[in-house]
Amino acid sequence: MTSEIFQLVLMTVVTAATPLILAAIGELVTERAGVLNLGVEGMMIMGAALAFAGAYLTGSTTLGAICGMLAGVAMAALFGLLTIGFAINQVAAGLALTIFGTGLSGLLGAGFVGLKRDRPGHVHIPGLSDLPYVGQLFFGEDIFVYIAFGLVAGAAWFLSRSRTGLALRATGDNHQSAHALGLPVRRTRFLAALFGGACAGLAGAYLTLAYTPFWSPGMTAGRGWIALALVVFASWKPWRVVLGALLFGGATMLQLHAQAASIGLPGQLLSAVPYLATIVALVLLSSGARKNATAPAALGQAFIAPR
Amino acid sequence: MRIDLEPRLNRSLALDLGAPIVALAGAILIGGIVIWLLGKSPALAFQVYFINPLLEGWSLQELAVKACPLVLIAVGLSFCYRANLWNIGAEGQFILGGVLGGWLGILTHDEAYQGVIGGWWILPTMLALGVIGGAIYALIPALLRVWLGASEILTSLMLVYVAELGLDWLVRGPFKDPDGFNFPQSVVFDDIARLPFLAEGERLHAGVLLALIVALIGAFVLARTLFGFEVRLAGEAPRAARFAGFDDRKLTLMVFAISGGLAGLAGIVEVAGQIGQLTPKISPGYGFTAIIVAFLGRLSPIGILVAALVLALTYIGGEAAQVELSLNSDMTRAFQGVLLMCVLIADTATRYRVRLNFGAAR
Amino acid sequence: MIAQQETRATPLLSMRGIVKRFGSFTANDDISLDIHEGEAHALIGENGAGKSTLVKIIYGLLEPTEGEILFRGKPMRLNGPQEARAQGVGMVFQHFSLFDNLTVAENIALVLPGDAPISALRGRILEVAERYRMPLDPDREVWSLSAGERQRIEIARCLLQDPRLIILDEPTSVLTPQEAFALFETLDRLKAEGRALLYISHKLEEVRRLCETATILRLGRKVGSCDPRQESSRSLAALMVGSAINDIQAPSTRAFGGERLTLDNLSLPSQEIHGVDLDGVSLRLRGGEVFGIAGVAGNGQSELFEAVSGERLAESNYTILLDGVSVGLRDITARRGLGAAFVPEERNGHAAAGDFSLTENLILSRHAGAGLTSRGLINFDKARALAQEVIKTFDVRKAGPDPAARTLSGGNLQKFVVGREILSEPKVLVINQPTWGVDAAAAATIRQALVDLAARGASVLLISQDLDELFETCDRIAVMHEGRLSDPRDARNVTREEIGLLMTGDGHGESAHAH
Repeated sequence: MTSEIFQLVLMTVVTAATPLILAAIGELVTERAGVLNLGVEGMMIMGAALAFAGAYLTGSTTLGAICGMLAGVAMAALFGLLTIGFAINQVAAGLALTIFGTGLSGLLGAGFVGLKRDRPGHVHIPGLSDLPYVGQLFFGEDIFVYIAFGLVAGAAWFLSRSRTGLALRATGDNHQSAHALGLPVRRTRFLAALFGGACAGLAGAYLTLAYTPFWSPGMTAGRGWIALALVVFASWKPWRVVLGALLFGGATMLQLHAQAASIGLPGQLLSAVPYLATIVALVLLSSGARKNATAPAALGQAFIAPR
Repeated sequence: MRIDLEPRLNRSLALDLGAPIVALAGAILIGGIVIWLLGKSPALAFQVYFINPLLEGWSLQELAVKACPLVLIAVGLSFCYRANLWNIGAEGQFILGGVLGGWLGILTHDEAYQGVIGGWWILPTMLALGVIGGAIYALIPALLRVWLGASEILTSLMLVYVAELGLDWLVRGPFKDPDGFNFPQSVVFDDIARLPFLAEGERLHAGVLLALIVALIGAFVLARTLFGFEVRLAGEAPRAARFAGFDDRKLTLMVFAISGGLAGLAGIVEVAGQIGQLTPKISPGYGFTAIIVAFLGRLSPIGILVAALVLALTYIGGEAAQVELSLNSDMTRAFQGVLLMCVLIADTATRYRVRLNFGAAR
Repeated sequence: MIAQQETRATPLLSMRGIVKRFGSFTANDDISLDIHEGEAHALIGENGAGKSTLVKIIYGLLEPTEGEILFRGKPMRLNGPQEARAQGVGMVFQHFSLFDNLTVAENIALVLPGDAPISALRGRILEVAERYRMPLDPDREVWSLSAGERQRIEIARCLLQDPRLIILDEPTSVLTPQEAFALFETLDRLKAEGRALLYISHKLEEVRRLCETATILRLGRKVGSCDPRQESSRSLAALMVGSAINDIQAPSTRAFGGERLTLDNLSLPSQEIHGVDLDGVSLRLRGGEVFGIAGVAGNGQSELFEAVSGERLAESNYTILLDGVSVGLRDITARRGLGAAFVPEERNGHAAAGDFSLTENLILSRHAGAGLTSRGLINFDKARALAQEVIKTFDVRKAGPDPAARTLSGGNLQKFVVGREILSEPKVLVINQPTWGVDAAAAATIRQALVDLAARGASVLLISQDLDELFETCDRIAVMHEGRLSDPRDARNVTREEIGLLMTGDGHGESAHAH
């Protein structure tokens, strides 16, 4: 019986990790192309608002998720226009995107505050999902979880095995060389940024459609920023994103369970745990990884075609 | 469509001054379209946001009072951003300054203290504590960067959430007013622990004067001193700064301490001026808005004075718009985001000749 | 003879009246040239003559503003380098268009059409490497390879597409003389296969060795063409520059003073990811002496500059001595205070800040001396006067009284940077690649200034890849290889071949025995 509870706890960890995995894998691909999009939070919250609005109005979770992804893509396109088109500093543009997304999502989502939808059903595979201890965990999650893991596997294959992925990595490594060889630096980066936007939008959609499931302004609560930290934590390697996200999911759940059990520590302190954990993770990884730095060499640098 | 950028050989002053104005106009245009799409009158909105607040004496004063923290924070941020260091956690440093300074205000609420050692020292000490609180909080990401190579962008932002939660805990716990009917707020500070008003019965407090002085000093330091030269050089060409003999680690700590200290000063000025006590939310996002102020002011302290008034206008206009147009405060936030984007594009246009190449691949 | 006339009838590549403008600036002005199958065609000219622009047009990186290109007699319009490669044009870049963190095979796969797996490519790479005798390991990551090996990747990448025309941009600038010799053998083989070569160089001896035709560009225009084998290097140089360049006037007598700069077993691990560790570098530099350090780029020269200048501190105070004072642990400002001055390799962003005015750039390296600051305040009037003095003394050409550094041409900015240091009358000057990418007139001015400074009793440590420059200016030459410095040789009694051997690392062991 306690094992079943253990399985349920692990499932909540996966649930908490899923939006982080989604947002981080998108940002990872974006960063491998050399684009640092600090606006993940803004794209995510726009995804959250529009996904809920879309799902509520159409009654379809799928259409809602698509709305969320499109919102993320639109925001990423704006970011691409600023940083790839106008060569604006990527840090400043990312901040602008987050401020803008936070405001616009509140504006657009104002009519949907307080409304609720049902969570999407969980996958059920007869036999497998009913296995004791692990059946639900591995074969009975909601569909977003499998999409998230599928995206990680796909990104890992794409980056290491496909020719297009090779060109994307080359663009992130040295954009001058890539340009000299005729690789389309700006198009590659723009598309990579759009992929990141779609993933961040989907991550936001997961929050409003499956996690909470309702919309409230500012509900991403820094998850976009944590996803950014996860990419560093993962040393820009796809599968490590999963590991990092599960650790963060675990920390989040531990903190929620501790609050519920009122162990005597102030709730605000426990709520601060994910943010403090992010700092600790960044510190540990940054100091350890400096020797074999894995950050794309051209990360964050604007590309302007030379004469 | 493709956007082609060609570096401008010479940059003109007219371009430098004109860019932020064009950016503001562009943002207002976009905002107007959004409001029109929301089914409201753009003309009325413009009136409410940008004209009405300028017509009445009290709202002009309110403008200066709202601009005051923005100026203080943005001047500090301009040092960071000029040096190409990204402190985006000014909101948290603002809170720490307010809390540490406010703590003395709460402590000295007990008249016994003032009976023993007098009260004149309280306000200056509060201000000093505000500066120290903000500076120390900003030094955390700076030290993590210098010692351990952690990205200051992410750590400084994470600390905002921590500061907000910490303040929330304090005003519901240790700092709670025992006679406050269990409201999450501290006692109201004594008059001696509050910033004096510049004139009897008016809204302008001494913090406004402080902001003006800070901006002037900031402008002087950036333009005339070796330290200002170092800050500018480090951002423009970091290797050249090392060649010039400047220590980038020391500089990182310095500019973070300055920007954190000024954000902390803004925090205690707000707490000891406008609010007069600690509450769970002492900032309507000044720390983030100040980022926009810094860029709109082109990272120059004098420009920031003007830019802060513009952004303060969006706050006051935004409050009025909630009542008159039932547009919520998110409109203000979204507009601020658009404004920052427009400013950044305008900035590119001052440095490059921008040509749109239709029909070409991206 | 008649057969040759017939093949000459349809050139492989023919450029007709090519014009390229950037805004108001004309980089190529009405240039026409023909290249035939099996021909090695040289494109020579100074920095800024428009050579790179022209080859970028042939390679599809730039579109010409006017004019047309015929390839095998048919008009060729290129929409990017992929199309140039598909037509049979290949390019070997001067600064390599390689990706440090990818393997050799991945670097090559990037430009090949199709989506064949990398593993299938390995065989083809090894085959080409074998045929042209260019050993290559497909699985190595590029950062771990030497300049010569990197160039082989570029050439192999080119050859795998079976090009008819190969453009080579300054291919020997980073090679040792021996590596250059091996390259020429490969190029001869390619010519024999009927491939055409467009060879860009300012090393006229090489052009005379390899090419049958030369097109000379000056300030964006074609000023002539000739058979370089019929010309002397001197006559070619005159065509290229348009006026005679003065030879360096060396002082007739040399009297060396006491030791001014001493490195004593200086070792320093690199901080860069793919950097080079300094390994027991020692040298003794007397007053009045120009001491040259040769070597292929990337063998620790930048690291040596950083350590000697104090941009990075040494691990022990006693490994670096300035005028007898130990300075290993003292920073660059302190070393300047003791009479040292430094000129780094990179002008933009290291020696100077592009957006800063020349006055501000003067403050950059001289703020601690010359009374430019007091109590943290900058004396701008004084700085302005000093900057104007540099501008006047070194004939720095510029627009406006005090323009931003980035608006100056490479040669003029370099003259400003060198002048800024020399006018402080240093006792020791450390200078890295002083004439890289600088026009011939400015280069001559700079070299003369270095020799004159030494004649006034200063020590000059000159780090350079350019053997001509070293032989022209130096009293002694040592070679840097993989972070180690050879014993110095007397510049008058050493041959280029000996220096070349040391540059490949071959001569080091034997030289240690000689002393």
